[in-house]
Amino acid sequence: MGYDQIAHVVKIGGTVVFTTVFVAAIFYALWPKNKARFDRAAHIPLQANDAPDLDAGETR
Amino acid sequence: MSALTHTTANPHIKTDESMWPMLFILVPVMIWAMFAAAGPGFGTFAGVPMKFHAGIMLTALLGGVVYIIGKMGSNPPTIDHSRYADKVVKYGVIATTFWGIVGMSAGVLIAAQMTWPGIFYFDGAWTNFGRLRPLHTSAVIFAFGGNALIATSFYVVQRTCRTRLAGGSWPWFVFWGYQLFIIMAASGYLMGITGGKEYAEPEWYVDLWLTIVWVAYLLVFLMTLAKRKEPHIYVANWFYLAFIVTVAILHIVNNLALPVALTSAKSYGVYAGVQDAMTQWWYGHNAVGFFLTAGFLAIMYYFIPKRANRPIWSYKLSIVHFWAVIFIYIWAGPHHLHYTALPQWTQTLGMVFSIMLWMPSWGGMINGLMTLQGAWDKLRTDPVLRMLVVSVAFYGMATFEGPLMSIRYVNALSHYTDWGIGHVHSGALGWNGFVTFGALYCLVPWLWKKKELYSTKLVEWHFWLATLGIVFYITAMWGAGISQGLNWRSYTELGFLEYSFIETVSPLHVFFAIRTLGGFLFLLGTLIMAYNIRMTIKGRGNATSIVTNAASDPVMPSPVPSTLAPAE
Repeated sequence: MGYDQIAHVVKIGGTVVFTTVFVAAIFYALWPKNKARFDRAAHIPLQANDAPDLDAGETR
Repeated sequence: MSALTHTTANPHIKTDESMWPMLFILVPVMIWAMFAAAGPGFGTFAGVPMKFHAGIMLTALLGGVVYIIGKMGSNPPTIDHSRYADKVVKYGVIATTFWGIVGMSAGVLIAAQMTWPGIFYFDGAWTNFGRLRPLHTSAVIFAFGGNALIATSFYVVQRTCRTRLAGGSWPWFVFWGYQLFIIMAASGYLMGITGGKEYAEPEWYVDLWLTIVWVAYLLVFLMTLAKRKEPHIYVANWFYLAFIVTVAILHIVNNLALPVALTSAKSYGVYAGVQDAMTQWWYGHNAVGFFLTAGFLAIMYYFIPKRANRPIWSYKLSIVHFWAVIFIYIWAGPHHLHYTALPQWTQTLGMVFSIMLWMPSWGGMINGLMTLQGAWDKLRTDPVLRMLVVSVAFYGMATFEGPLMSIRYVNALSHYTDWGIGHVHSGALGWNGFVTFGALYCLVPWLWKKKELYSTKLVEWHFWLATLGIVFYITAMWGAGISQGLNWRSYTELGFLEYSFIETVSPLHVFFAIRTLGGFLFLLGTLIMAYNIRMTIKGRGNATSIVTNAASDPVMPSPVPSTLAPAE
């Protein structure tokens, strides 16, 4: 496979893959079912947080 | 307190064995440094500087090895999983402040050299502009900015994942390893050891050392994410991770080089011609995109909501912002090479992607600013929040100007002129500087358990001095840049250049003087901040201590300085 063929495949394939993944990310961000999760996530920095969470017996 | 009493009192305390594996890195590098420092018999190029340079590395690594063996032999450190690892963040805050002063002072000095060369251009190669300029850029970007990113990322990832930093003492390896990288880079530039690539000047062995440190940083960050207690990975961590991963790739690919000899300071890059230029500016522009943008956006996404005590305006938008930055930024590099040997389609591609960057940039700016919705009154009373918000405004302005300058016909006027310098500084001072100052002003009372800063009034002084400084700086550089651009392309009616080069330089003197003044005011603000931070840590003024309960981190006694401090 020469340079031209590799470049052709990479150009077409790259464009398709990148566009698909980007569009998928936008769908993920705008999907109505995810709204509750994102609303909760937005409050993560605001939680009172002086010490790490520990499970019972968790020391690792 | 001994480890034994700890164990009986608190089941979350475990002995930290993580220092031993560090020796597998430190000892081999130390042996290399011994050969390199041995002198001309081993070094084939730049013998004397290499001897000295490798000597610095040898001394630092020897100190690290001796410290680790001594510490592990006598009093092995412990890890308390019921507390956050904050001491390494405290060190990071102080290192950020220190390197900020060093880097900005170097900037003021070289600005003065260009304004009054008769006074500030000292004899001796060490103070040559060509050596001080990379010292300035590396010190402000990598030492000041880098330490700010490492420190805030360590702070933020723990809080948003509700778990202690992973890796025991490895965060300390990252911290001290990074300081060694900075010292090696800076001392090398002054001695004339340089790879010659802009923003990537360190030579091959310093690059390799940074690679080791950076991989350790990536692993500490990833392992902390992996053991998180919060199921959702907060958006700031996505930006930090993108910053760490992309900078690793950029650094390794752009710095691929072959040394003249294994103990020589000199190497040659593997790329040639236009491929070399394209790789360099793929690196250079994405250093802006992922070091100075993605990393600092992570600071924005944590500290603005935290300080304003309001959730980010739109979490959806933050996700779109993230992926748009990831997918678009990486292609914008060719706009640094308009009208060069680079194929025109590549230049156009870089230009188009640069213009597309307007969308994520302004989306991110709107997201940051609108977080203040319903809390705008806080800007009047809280200069720290104001600093953070103004940084976002500068982010918006600089990322509006950048795509504009990437348009080929605008670039024909702006490229190689001081307009570029002005553009960089509106981003670096206004965005990176202010967002870092804001984060430091937040972090110091939080980390040292103080009610508030020593003096809010001094923050006001810092804010206004720095803002005035930026305005002087960027307006002077617009004037200088446009004057240069126009003068360089003025032709006589016979088609000759109208001005000799020196005729285009001499009108810049007044702009250069204003720029020096602007830089000086900005430095003055940073010095005021350093004083304020110092007094806050000492608990003076309004910075009264908060009494903490047993569950959280108690007030630390002032740490004893050492070459390599363990986790507390």
